[in-house]
Amino acid sequence: MPKSFQIQIPHITRVEGHGNLVVRVTDGHVEKAEWQVVEAPRFFEAFVQGRRWDEIQAVVSRICGICSISHSLVSIQAIENALHVQVSPEVQKLRSLTHASEILQSHILHIGYLVAPDLFKAPSVIPLVENQREVVQKIIELHRIANQWSDLLAGRTTHPITLIPGGFTRTPSLKEFENLQHDLSTATKLTNQIASVILSVAHQIPHFERETEYIALQQPGQYSFESGQIASSDLPELTPVENFESVTNEYVTNQSTAKWARWHRGAYAVGALARYNLNHKFLRPAAAQLAHQLGIKSKCINPYANSLIQLVECVQILGDAQELIDFFLENPHPLNRESITPRAGEGVAAIEAPRGILFHRYQLNDQGICRSANLCIPTNQNHGNLQKDIETLLPQILHDDQESIRQLLEMLVRSYDPCISCSTHFLNIKFIDS
Amino acid sequence: MSKPQVAIFDLAGCEGCQLQIVNLEDSLLQLLSLVDVVEWREAISNHGPEIDIALVEGCLEREEDVARLLHIREKSKILVALGSCAISGGVHQMRNALSSLEARQITYGNNGFLKHLDVHEKVQSLDQIVKVDYSIPGCPIHRQELSYVLRCLALGRIPFIPTYPVCVECRIQENLCLWQQGQLCLGPLTRAGCHATCPSHGTPCIGCRGYSSDANPQGLRQSLNRYHKTPEEFEHHLNLFLGSSLEHAHA
Ligand code: SF4
Ligand code: SF4
Ligand code: SF4
Repeated sequence: MPKSFQIQIPHITRVEGHGNLVVRVTDGHVEKAEWQVVEAPRFFEAFVQGRRWDEIQAVVSRICGICSISHSLVSIQAIENALHVQVSPEVQKLRSLTHASEILQSHILHIGYLVAPDLFKAPSVIPLVENQREVVQKIIELHRIANQWSDLLAGRTTHPITLIPGGFTRTPSLKEFENLQHDLSTATKLTNQIASVILSVAHQIPHFERETEYIALQQPGQYSFESGQIASSDLPELTPVENFESVTNEYVTNQSTAKWARWHRGAYAVGALARYNLNHKFLRPAAAQLAHQLGIKSKCINPYANSLIQLVECVQILGDAQELIDFFLENPHPLNRESITPRAGEGVAAIEAPRGILFHRYQLNDQGICRSANLCIPTNQNHGNLQKDIETLLPQILHDDQESIRQLLEMLVRSYDPCISCSTHFLNIKFIDS
Repeated sequence: MSKPQVAIFDLAGCEGCQLQIVNLEDSLLQLLSLVDVVEWREAISNHGPEIDIALVEGCLEREEDVARLLHIREKSKILVALGSCAISGGVHQMRNALSSLEARQITYGNNGFLKHLDVHEKVQSLDQIVKVDYSIPGCPIHRQELSYVLRCLALGRIPFIPTYPVCVECRIQENLCLWQQGQLCLGPLTRAGCHATCPSHGTPCIGCRGYSSDANPQGLRQSLNRYHKTPEEFEHHLNLFLGSSLEHAHA
């Protein structure tokens, strides 16, 4: 029987604010399927103008509470590029170690607090505390280790304090590195235990595939989270980070207060799935093995698999981090902080934030004051792709029962965005039977 | 006695303050034995229950944000401003130096004029619209302080947030004063409670917790010379969070 119904999902978040999903189906035809971004515009590119080179990090960190370390690091790197400052390889290594803590934090938050309830068919993480206490405690413990790791290196988990152009204002002692190494071996065990629980329910991940363009940083030989150039699954060659605007092609739409992006197709995807598709051959054996156990093929075009790949990345990042700590344990020398003289210039940088590639560009005047900024964030780059996924998925599931349509759409949105405001489960769906 | 119902809302902000609730980790589980976290839909629907404690993050950019805040206020017995954005606009108040049209044009180019990007001329804080019962300062808020305030409210006690300046905590930590090292630190003006976390990591305080009750910016202005700092530098630094006015100092 042809179906008619409307789905109005005002604010697909626990606490409102960011996304609406509006769907209208008449006699079995999808008339409208629209992902609307209604988040309040916040104008960082406007008010960062006029801030000094050594204040920009503190401002742009506030763009996102979950990936503030990524915003801080990429801004610092762009400013160093503008000021022709070259930091030592040791500083770069310590920055990578700091960045890794944020990726673990954010991924575990997403997997543990967002995806786990879906997989265990619970309405939110709160009832899971009762039903799956053991795994919830492991998730909490792992998240706590990730946070303490950020605290140690960045000064705190949200809006870092120690990261400045030229280096760090504080670096860990040898003892602190040793303790961290110990914590990370616990974290690796916890990750493996959580992974085996997820493995037992991974078949609950919906089967849905759609070809799209994937974009991520690529540094040959390495599963990169920081260095390299821009790779696209639609293009054989790499694009220099300096030319990121030719990749993102940002545009304003009526259905969004955030800017959207597109390159070779109507939309592209960034994040764990994109990184995996472009760089999986550089994964560590343990991470590659987990991907294999989870049933993830070398080319994966199921957006729902994003969360599983985040788990693979947790294994990857913990391995990277342990190697970095070994380096600091073997080379216990104090880190230099480069002294900086302001000058006029322009600088660009890119980083893989937990949710995908992130670009910052700044122009500074001769006193090092910001004259203009262009900041292109991963979530915005994904909006267009989510819209396309919804358009493709909906006709395929129209004959499902109403509850599963609701569930599938919710899970799709959640698979893109680990923001805590998207973390609980509700959709107001009105089904109109014709 | 039934557990108080707590609901969390966000306006314009980075969600960093809400994240601190999750970051409470194990103590979050303990906290859940004292309060019930109700979900937004349940909390906001017209038929939903009254909320005992509403935690509101973020500032107000648009008409619809104001409407939401009024509705939250109406449904809530106690309204708590969560973080600098809610208390004073936080970093967002920097856009008040521009006209809203300028800000829209810089961010969105010529598309900035589209109707759905309409914002108020000035960013506003919660207390400019509704009565705020308690404030938890910081950008982000301090986890332990949040847990402490929620416990107090659940037990019907009045929470105490320090009113003295960050310098007091900084001296307890035995830090070398950053002014002596040529840095402009706003610790003398800023409300304590963060254990002087920035100076303790070698970074000047930028005033994220707002003015302390005995803040004396004028006094500090007069000693700038001694440290080879200019009034312009000082005002520039104040603009990040504090602003030159003491408007929100004694909230
Ligand atoms: S006060 Fe700071 S941490 Fe909290 S929401 Fe605002 S910007 Fe984010
Ligand atoms: S470093 Fe800052 S907070 Fe500490 S004593 Fe000096 S002025 Fe006060
Ligand atoms: S030291 Fe100052 S800027 Fe840092 S957290 Fe405390 S109040 Fe905020």
